[in-house]
Amino acid sequence: MARITKEERKTNIISAALKLFSEKGFYITTIPDIAEKVGMSVGNFYNYFTSKDILAKELVMYISEYLGESIRKINDQDITTEKKTYEIVSMYFNMADERPEMIEYFLRVYLSNREVFGDGCEGMICVSPFVTEMMMFFNDGVESGDLHDQDFFSAFGLFMGYLGGMVFLFGEKILPEPLEWYKESISQNIYNALKTR
Amino acid sequence: MPSKQDKKPSIIWFQGVTCNGNTHSFLNLENLDKLLNKFEILSHPSLPSTKDFDTITNCTLVCDIFIFEGTYDPLMKRNDVLISKVVEHYAKNAKYVIALGSCASFGGMFKASAPHRNSGLLFNEQEKSGPLLNVQTKIINISGCPIHPEWLAYTLSMIEKEREVEIDDLHRPIELYSTLAHHGCTRNEYFEWKVDADGFGEKEGCLYYKQGCRAPMTHASCNKILWNGVSSKTRVGTPCFGCTEPDFPRQNLFSTKTNMSIPEDVPLGVPKRSYLTMAGIAKTFHINRLEGKLIDYKTTD
Repeated sequence: MARITKEERKTNIISAALKLFSEKGFYITTIPDIAEKVGMSVGNFYNYFTSKDILAKELVMYISEYLGESIRKINDQDITTEKKTYEIVSMYFNMADERPEMIEYFLRVYLSNREVFGDGCEGMICVSPFVTEMMMFFNDGVESGDLHDQDFFSAFGLFMGYLGGMVFLFGEKILPEPLEWYKESISQNIYNALKTR
Repeated sequence: MPSKQDKKPSIIWFQGVTCNGNTHSFLNLENLDKLLNKFEILSHPSLPSTKDFDTITNCTLVCDIFIFEGTYDPLMKRNDVLISKVVEHYAKNAKYVIALGSCASFGGMFKASAPHRNSGLLFNEQEKSGPLLNVQTKIINISGCPIHPEWLAYTLSMIEKEREVEIDDLHRPIELYSTLAHHGCTRNEYFEWKVDADGFGEKEGCLYYKQGCRAPMTHASCNKILWNGVSSKTRVGTPCFGCTEPDFPRQNLFSTKTNMSIPEDVPLGVPKRSYLTMAGIAKTFHINRLEGKLIDYKTTD
């Protein structure tokens, strides 16, 4: 059996930590909990992350890079802004469905425990790859004439706030239908709100 | 009889559709007399000249350096002679043709008076389709609205010393136009930390984000070779208008075009994605010293 690499081990820790943090909460989850879930000693864990706070920040960057990379692939396609809007909604809902811990962590840990992320993860620092790609999406949309020009945060809040809200309702098991069912109508609502008038 | 060594290069300075801005700017050259002593001025709109204007428009002379100021309008007449005839004659016989100012270089401000026919001598904005295509190897564009007097002085001095004036793709001297107007701007620290200027004429803040400054994408040496030896537009709190570039004049010179708060044009050669990443992170931090009046900041608090 092939020996597990250090990078793979790190990914395993990230994956386990995301699940535990999003299920049990940031403060209740301990490093021994995470080490146990990965099947490693607590001592060895510290070879990868020197504290829980540092791990917490790395997780945000991991999610931001994942989201940023996914949106970049959509941004780079030669398709209309309407289609891109659908693709971003679809990607986000698929992620919430298949890897709910990533969105859960973002919504329930990152946005709810600002004291953990205040030093070294404030503002754009840890979420830059994701926000940058959304900036590119809006910029390209206005440049192509598909979207109307407005303040970035007004548009960003409309787009991501809407998606975050739906995923929250999904996580609370309030939505009567699976997320897939809402992709078309939600992306259409977002596009209608942002498009050139 | 003067020896060959005493023979000064001769200059004819001829105007098309112009506001005289480059003429006036050149008259502000420090040590103008020393430079002029190296040349024979056959004709100039404001300086003592050895030939009258009738002689110039008769097209019986030749000169070493033909300086053309203003937009080229093929239907314009001077002294009842089409300027197209005058330009063709002197450009054909001169060693160098200097298109002086953005109008002569690319069409500039006065292209708007007849956009379908007016242009620069070699370029129509960035398209190389002007009337002097057949003598293009002689042409040096000194763009600017107006030109800095030192830019012309440099070019003339190089010619007088028989040294090669290297030019860029737009025929501008590389020595003068390889840098950006941004280089040397005293507001660069504000640019780095993404701190906007509140308004015009302020000492503090960068003019790129809101006030329309084109310095990070404009080839010019305005903050390197200072105006009147002391200042520049950006130093006194006015945005760079990008007046040395072929797309000058643009619309809405005093505001930055943005798409959803994101600058449409980012610094030259920087991918927009990279710029947004860097700018977003820089904006996260708030540097107190850069957010207030410089004279109010105390280091001893």
